Formats: sequence, C-alpha cells, structure tokens
Amino acid sequence: MKAKFSSFLQHKWSQVILFSVFIAVTSSALYFSQKSVVSFLLLLASLLVLHYMNLKKVTKWIVAAGLLFFLIPFASSGGPAFQSYMEVATMVGIYISMALGLNIVVGMAGLLDLGFVAFFAVGAYSYSIFATPQASNFMPFGVYPLGGESFWAFLIIGGICAAIAGVLIGVPVLRVKGDYLAIVTLGFGEIIRIVFNNLDRPINFTGGAMGISSVTPPKIFGIELVFPNQFYFVTLVILLFTIFAVLRLEHSKLGRSWKAVRENEIAAQAMGIPLVKTKLLAFALGATFSGMMGVVFAAKQAFIDPTSFTLMESFTILVMVVLGGMGSVPGVILGAAVVTVLNLQVLTELTNWVNQLSLNGIVSIPDALSPAKMQKFIFGAILVLFALYRPKGLIPSKNKIFDASKLKVSKKTEDIENKDSVVVENEKVQV
Amino acid sequence: MLLEMFQTLPQVLIDGLTLGAVYAVVALGYTMVYGILQLINFAHGEIFMTGAFIGTALFIMIMGWGSAIPQILLLIIVLVITASITGFIGVGMERIAYRPLRNAPRLIPLITAIGISFVLQDVIRFIAELTSGNYIVTGPSLFSENINLKTSAISSVFNDASFKTSFLIVLTVAILLMITLDFFVNRTKWGTAMRAVALDRETAALMSINVNKVISITFFIGSALGGATGVLFALQYGTIDPYIGFILGLKAFIAAVLGGIGNIRGAMLGGIMLGVMEMFAAANLSLLTGGIFGAEYKDVFAFAILILVLIFKPEGLLGKPTAEKV
Repeated sequence: MKAKFSSFLQHKWSQVILFSVFIAVTSSALYFSQKSVVSFLLLLASLLVLHYMNLKKVTKWIVAAGLLFFLIPFASSGGPAFQSYMEVATMVGIYISMALGLNIVVGMAGLLDLGFVAFFAVGAYSYSIFATPQASNFMPFGVYPLGGESFWAFLIIGGICAAIAGVLIGVPVLRVKGDYLAIVTLGFGEIIRIVFNNLDRPINFTGGAMGISSVTPPKIFGIELVFPNQFYFVTLVILLFTIFAVLRLEHSKLGRSWKAVRENEIAAQAMGIPLVKTKLLAFALGATFSGMMGVVFAAKQAFIDPTSFTLMESFTILVMVVLGGMGSVPGVILGAAVVTVLNLQVLTELTNWVNQLSLNGIVSIPDALSPAKMQKFIFGAILVLFALYRPKGLIPSKNKIFDASKLKVSKKTEDIENKDSVVVENEKVQV
Repeated sequence: MLLEMFQTLPQVLIDGLTLGAVYAVVALGYTMVYGILQLINFAHGEIFMTGAFIGTALFIMIMGWGSAIPQILLLIIVLVITASITGFIGVGMERIAYRPLRNAPRLIPLITAIGISFVLQDVIRFIAELTSGNYIVTGPSLFSENINLKTSAISSVFNDASFKTSFLIVLTVAILLMITLDFFVNRTKWGTAMRAVALDRETAALMSINVNKVISITFFIGSALGGATGVLFALQYGTIDPYIGFILGLKAFIAAVLGGIGNIRGAMLGGIMLGVMEMFAAANLSLLTGGIFGAEYKDVFAFAILILVLIFKPEGLLGKPTAEKV
C-alpha cells in the first residue's frame, strides 16, 4: 500500500494535479478571507513543493514565474491586508538576494564574513544621499535631489559602490585566514556603521544618527513607486536576475575555483588558482547583490539610519545561509525566506496572540517572554542545532557528479537521460 | 595641544589601566582556549557578561540579608561563587557545543560559538527582565569613595586625577588573578599538561595526558576568570546590560591578538596596552584631528589596531611566528 502510494506520488501527472489543487485551495483561501497569514505562507510554500516536483527544470521555472508574478499578488489582493503581505514578500525578496550574496562568500568561497551588512549599507546610502538634498552639502555641481528615474541607474551604481567597498575591505583582510577573517570583517562591519553614524561632521554626508529621510521614490514611465506592491515587482525582477547570475556563477570556472579554495587553499593554489583574485571576486560579487538590494531597501523605506545596519543584521543573514545550507542556492533561498517570514510575520503574529491570551486572562505570560523578543534565542538555537546536527542545512548543496562510464554510453541513451535528468541529479549527492 | 594632552594624562592613565585590566583578564580566556584548540571562543564575552549579572545579583541578595559583612569579605565571597558558576557554564558550553565538533571544518565551531553567545544573551535578558522588570541592571554601589590624586604637585603640566576605591580593587584583583594563572600554567602539573596539549594534542595523549579533561579545565579556568572580571566590571561601572559582553569580548580578543594569541603573558600586555590606548584615543582623538574625529571613533580605533597588527605582525607582540603545515 505504502509502496503504491509513494509510486503514485512519484508520478508526474499525479503530482501536477495535487499541486494545482493545493495552489487553488490556498490562493482562493487567501483571496476570499479577510486576513489569513497561514494561507499566505502556504501559498509561498508551494514554491518549495514545486522545487521537489518531478518536472523539467524549464517547466518549473515557468510555473514559479507565473506564481510569483501573477498568482501571489492577485490572490493576496483580496483582503485589506494586501499591502502588508506585499511588504513581507518584498522583504523576503531583499533578504534572499542578500543571503545569496553572502552565500557566495561564506558558502562557496568558505570565507566567513560577519560584517556583510556593511555592503547593504553602502548600497542604501549611495542612493539615499543622492536622492535627497543631502548631496548638495558636498557636491560642487548638479542639482539635488535627483529625480526618481535615477533609481534605475543607482541600482547599478549602488552595486558597483558595494563591490568597490568589498574589494577595499578584501585587500587588507584577505591576508588573514579563517577565524581572524571572521573577526576582521566583523570589525569592518562595525567600523562602517560607526562611520555612517558620525559622518554628519565636519561635512554632513550621511545625516549622522538622524539618518536620511524622505528619499525620492523611484519613477518608471512617469509612475511613482511608493506602495509595497509596486516594489514587490521591482524586487522580484532583481531577485530573479540574482538567482540566475548565482546559478550561472556556481558552475562557471570561477565558481569551481571558489569551491576549490574552500576545500583546500594550498592545493587550490598548487593547481594554479590565483588565490587573491578568486577571493576578491567572491567578496566583490557577493557585495554587489547586497548593494543592489540596499538601493531597493532605501527607496522602499524612504528613510534610512544606521540602526538598520547593525551586527544583528549581519548575523541574521548568516543564520539564513547556515539554516538553508552553505553553498546551496535553493537551500539559501529557503533559509532566507523562512528566517524573514519568521521575523516579520510569525513572531509578530505569535506576540499578538499571546497578548490576546493574557488580555483575556486565560494565561498570564510575562512581557519578557513575548515571542518578538525571543529572536536572538531562536537564532542562536538555530545556529547551534544546525551546526551540530545538520551542518549541511535544510537543502544540502550538491556537486554534479560525472560518471566516466556513463558519459561514454550517454550518447546512446540520451533521450532516457534527458527524461530522468532531474531524478539523477537529485539522487546523486556527493559528500 | 601637547600641553592639553599632558594635562589629562594622569586621568587617562587611571581610566586606561582599569579598562586594560578588565581586557587583560578577559583576553586570557580567549588566548588559553585558542592556544589549546585553535578556536576563537566567541561566547567568552557572554561568559563575562553572565558573570557581571550573577555578581550583581549576589551583591543585591547578600546585602539584603544584612550589611554586617565587611565589603572586602563580601567581594571575595561573590567573586568565588561567580567564578565557579561561570566556570561550570564554560565547561558545559565546551561539552555541548565544541567537543562534538572538534574534527569538523573550522567554520562550524565558530558558528556554534556565535549561536551560544546569542542564546546566553537572551537567557540572561529574560531572567533579568523577569526578576527586575528591566534588563538594564544597576548594582549596589560599593567601594565608591572618591580619592583625589594630587598629580599637579609633581609637575604643573598635569591636572589632578580622581578615582574611586573600586579602581584599586579592580586593579589588585586583576593582577592577582593574572599572577596566579601565570604560576598555575608555568609551575603546576596541570599547567604543564595544558602546555603539552597546546603544543601537540596527539603526542600529549600518548604521554598519558587526559586531553578532554585538560581542555575542560582550560575552559573552566578561562570562564572563571571571565566571570570574575564581569563582577569587577559591574563593581567599577555600576550599570550592566546583557549586550555589554559582545563588544567587550571583541576588544579583549583584539588585546589577545595584539599580545600574540596563544601567549598568556602577551594577552596581559595586550590588554593593558589596548585599554590605555583606547582611553587615550577617547580623550585626545578630537584634539589630534582638529575636531573631525571625536571620542565616538574609539571603537574604530581599536579595530584599526587589530587590522594593522594582523597585517604587519600577525604573530602579535610576544608571539612566535608559525609556519603553515601542509
């Protein structure tokens, strides 16, 4: 019976039918209910289900794009909580992109960077300084604030600024190894935050602890983007670009040399991999994605100050990478989504629920125990438990295995191979 | 400008020595663990913080029973109890989070260390908030008589300096702790075993040294020292919160690197130096740079020292350079 059931589940069409039923139920529940966090989360989880389905990669991507671009925004537009759903989805996108950037540095190149939020800050500040009158304090020419159209240029400029910061930090840092690297990057992360916090004197660059407010909203075809549902699409496009780039990078020559450096630096060097260049590229590319999302973040919040870029943020991104699986792109996406949703929705909902309970006098839970404050405990526990019991994360990373004998006969059985390629890849896990 | 710097020098030295003594003892914990396991025990700063909280709680508790106990005796009791509690926390931490990972890639124990430090921070916050309603705790004021030092009598370029009696206590206890530790490591049987394990774990095991026990003892001593310093810190600065440990731990780590990580006397020297330099920077940075950089950059200054040391003299002031084994 059990075997029959599992073979039924393995079958392509049965999976497709079940999946469509699942999506239909969750999205209609989301559309018709006033506010249902559970169905929203289930709808997001359908993307994870999709990842494990027995379909061709192209089909999966098309279905995922359809879900993300049409179904999720449409289904959540039913109730009054539309903007809050979109807000959460946008933040998830921003964090996924950052986690993918950190994944390049930590997961693929094996360099533990504990000050990663610094690059996010560089991106965010690069846009908000020029999109507010702040820039006229020190720029000898030009009229500030720049218009909303400049946002699109700043996506690239912010990325480049962050990459430059990555290289600048990387050059001195990469002479130290392992544990030292972690501490030094942590130090740099703090330095950048302290500098931004105090750079209102002698020339007012960053507004100091007051931050920069009323950042010009981005504009496209004359429409100002101010609502979360508009930013959702901006984030989505950048995120898809990031995922595409990271996936391509992973199997490129550069990606393979990152992994070689991670496994054994000396052996990698002996094989002719330029260590410094490889590591610097890891830093720079990782920082780029983070910087781009920094620009989006600044535009979305319309206000930034140094408290958004604390050590805690760096550690949060690290938790995402460790939870999902270091070096594994789908894993990191899952990890980032889980942590962000946990942070923004589950914990706040739980807190509301607990408050409701104590208000009604059913149970009295002290304020100190309210779930929103337990964030650090949860993150700490995740880090310890995953490092101890599941160091490879939720979705472990896989290396492609090339079987020599199979490669020789693969010409004959090409069509069969094509059909089962997904299964083959999933089953072969190289440890 | 030079004159102004000289005027504040006595006060800077006193404040710097206090802070430096705290850094030095905490740095010992880092350096001992690093010497034996080549592991940065990120959670050590949190042990320090836990010590500060346990110490403050004990002070409040014992003084609630009656203030007939002389202050010195009270301090000694609190120090001993706190040190043994934090020592056992350290041993437990090693047992749970580090021992299973001894052969794992170097990245993994570092991540558990960060995790442990988060858990400790939040547990302490929770307990403090539950018992007193606020996680920022102010301890009772002990040894708070002010003493004026007439340094202007020595030479007219100096201003007078003042300090609390607790400064003397902190300095004395810290120096006593350091001397005891130095004696323990260099003169006793267990100390010899510790040095042997630090030098070569496998060979030490062949020489019938119980490596696990030695590592446990190292963690116990390091954490006990950290906890005791926490008490001293609470005594000196009064107000504590669960997040003091992280940055202070980092600074202590910088001190350990400055002196040469793995080297116990180096950690002491590095701690004192870092404390004095940091206080000097805090007092004079805005003077030196004409008001561009103020005292708020003192953390940047400490990190800059770390980066410079790591780049130009990675073995530290007293350490020996090591060649990388292939």
